[in-house]
Amino acid sequence: MAKPKVGYSRRSMLKAGGAAIAASAFPAPMLWAQDTKNIVLRQFGTGVSNLNDVANKVKEDLGFTLEMTALDSDSVTQRAATQPDSFDIADIEYWICKKVWPTGNLQAMDTSKIANYDKIVGIFRSGKLTPESVIAQGTAPHSVGFVDGPGGTSFADNETGWMTLIPTIYNADTLGIRPDLIGRPIESWTELLNPEFKGKASILDISSIGIMDMAMVCEAMGEVQYGDKGNMTREEIDKTIGIFTEAKRNGQFRAFWKSFDESVNLMASGEVVIQSMWSPAITAVKSRGIPCVYQPLKEGYRSWGGGIGLSSSLSGMELDAAYEYINWYLSGWVGGYLMRQGYYSAVPETSKEFMSENEWGYWFEGKEATDTITSPGGDALAQAGDVRDGGSFYDRMGAVACWNAVMDENQYMVRKWNEFIAA
Amino acid sequence: MHLKSRHVWGWLQAAPLAVVLLAFLIAPIIMIVIVSFWGATEFSIYPAFQFDNYEFLFGSQVTYRVFGATLKYAFITWALTLLIGFTVAYFLAFHVRSLTMQIALFLVCTIPFWTSNIIRMISWIPFLGRNGIANQTLISWGVIDEPLEWLLYSDFSVILAFVHLYTLFMVVPIFNTMMRIDKSLLEAARDNGASGLQTLVHVILPLTKPGIMIGTIFVVTLVMGDFITVRFMSGSQRANVGRLISNDIALLQYPSAAATAVVLLCTVLIVIAILLRFVNIRKEL
Repeated sequence: MAKPKVGYSRRSMLKAGGAAIAASAFPAPMLWAQDTKNIVLRQFGTGVSNLNDVANKVKEDLGFTLEMTALDSDSVTQRAATQPDSFDIADIEYWICKKVWPTGNLQAMDTSKIANYDKIVGIFRSGKLTPESVIAQGTAPHSVGFVDGPGGTSFADNETGWMTLIPTIYNADTLGIRPDLIGRPIESWTELLNPEFKGKASILDISSIGIMDMAMVCEAMGEVQYGDKGNMTREEIDKTIGIFTEAKRNGQFRAFWKSFDESVNLMASGEVVIQSMWSPAITAVKSRGIPCVYQPLKEGYRSWGGGIGLSSSLSGMELDAAYEYINWYLSGWVGGYLMRQGYYSAVPETSKEFMSENEWGYWFEGKEATDTITSPGGDALAQAGDVRDGGSFYDRMGAVACWNAVMDENQYMVRKWNEFIAA
Repeated sequence: MHLKSRHVWGWLQAAPLAVVLLAFLIAPIIMIVIVSFWGATEFSIYPAFQFDNYEFLFGSQVTYRVFGATLKYAFITWALTLLIGFTVAYFLAFHVRSLTMQIALFLVCTIPFWTSNIIRMISWIPFLGRNGIANQTLISWGVIDEPLEWLLYSDFSVILAFVHLYTLFMVVPIFNTMMRIDKSLLEAARDNGASGLQTLVHVILPLTKPGIMIGTIFVVTLVMGDFITVRFMSGSQRANVGRLISNDIALLQYPSAAATAVVLLCTVLIVIAILLRFVNIRKEL
């Protein structure tokens, strides 16, 4: 389906009609087409998908206005949990959803209103990428993706028809390196703490994500054996943080970063040669003409997924507009846009139509580029003959070792993390 | 009757300021103190009266280290800003003769402050970096062979930024008090055979004390309450109390942040109380 679905299903008509009549603020339901123009949806989320290009395209295709606010992960969590009236659409990660859902600030979404629901990748539904896949540790998206009903407060373990977040974007993360400054192959997560890179390593200062990178390193070193990296015991947390605190005191780290831009600057300036990094940050470094590799590692990837959640205060026409927006989001244009930056779309097959064969081959299938690959901004990212780091979608998403997570011992972990930063 | 109405009138005149202070200073502080006894879950805070937050705060080694670091930053910054600030103010007040020139030079001092605090701070980063201008220059001069790592993301860079940001707060009050020193006192000192140094130590310094003290209070409170300078200039490697609080807030641990804030407030108040023992600002203003 190349064209986004615009319009109202019968059910949403009845519902919106009911709401409109109940509110009796609008003289006649006939005015909807015009009113759409006046609808403003306020979306906030992390910088990865809060893009002005998306807002402009929404205005063009759907007619209503989308106001975007980009924040860091901690601020996003804070806002979703404490300021429910400040947003209509929350673009958050699944682990944030686990934290925020119990506040009741978000409402479940009816999957029958999602046109491409059946085409959403298995990771977000059954949890399995392919029927044979093993589900990785951590807060896997499907485990917090469904609730029992519209008002459900606890997560369901199967596809109930009521989704907490509509998946939009996800990726497999690993370490970023400067091959020109390292000059040898990097194969394992252990290299982050290799004394060879003393004073030239970095890790991100967002506890829920940072702790997972730490765990990948400690497990690869054989220092800690985890029952479940995504749900550590206090003892495991102590050991993990202990190892990194010692490394920090020995001067292993140049800096910690919290925002996307910081990670780009650290890498591009050569302050750091190996660090935890996000895919578009690699793209940003590369587009400055500086070599940077998103290094696949033998222990696998740390993965994350994001989705769109609706504020519980959304109703009536705004709610319909939000559904329309979601359907549009999954209909391909955004997917193609995001995939050309190195992310994956929740419904890859619709995105394919918005990508050239060369782009699809390079980004999704892991094939050699047949021509120059450019970012949506127009910078050259790869030349003909280059292959994507890590290979195809199934190679990368199939090698996920754990998902970003919120643990039962989260509060303890957070305190320990604070100590690590202050150490 | 007359006396009493005057009494009421006085209260009324004081009322607007009292109300403003009550609403915007006292009430928030009381709120913070109350919340510091509350409990927190992952995503919410609930009213309670428990000492958990303080218990954790005083029970953790990290707290003492971080408070130590905060005081260290405050002390070193204070010493450096005082030295520079006093020298600059002295030059402006006693060496520059014409008032126009004094005002012009004083304005020059404020030029860096026309840009944002954050910009002034962040612009140090590319300058001090491993491949930054400072290192490249030193290498090209042959002073060093390897880039100096401690220039950036270290205590050095944090204190450098603090001194850069806050020296003016020392210059202004000291310059102000120096300008009010009666020049005939200096002549009298000279006539009585005092050397330049003696005049400085026995005449100018005692008379400048209130200015120094006001500058000190500015610098100490600014440094102790700061978190963003430490975060950026140390690349998140160092911590002070402000960062502890901002981390807690970011992780939705408001009660714990409030408890830390209360302890910080008490510490700053104690520091200022000690400072005020040395100089009675009111008397000398």
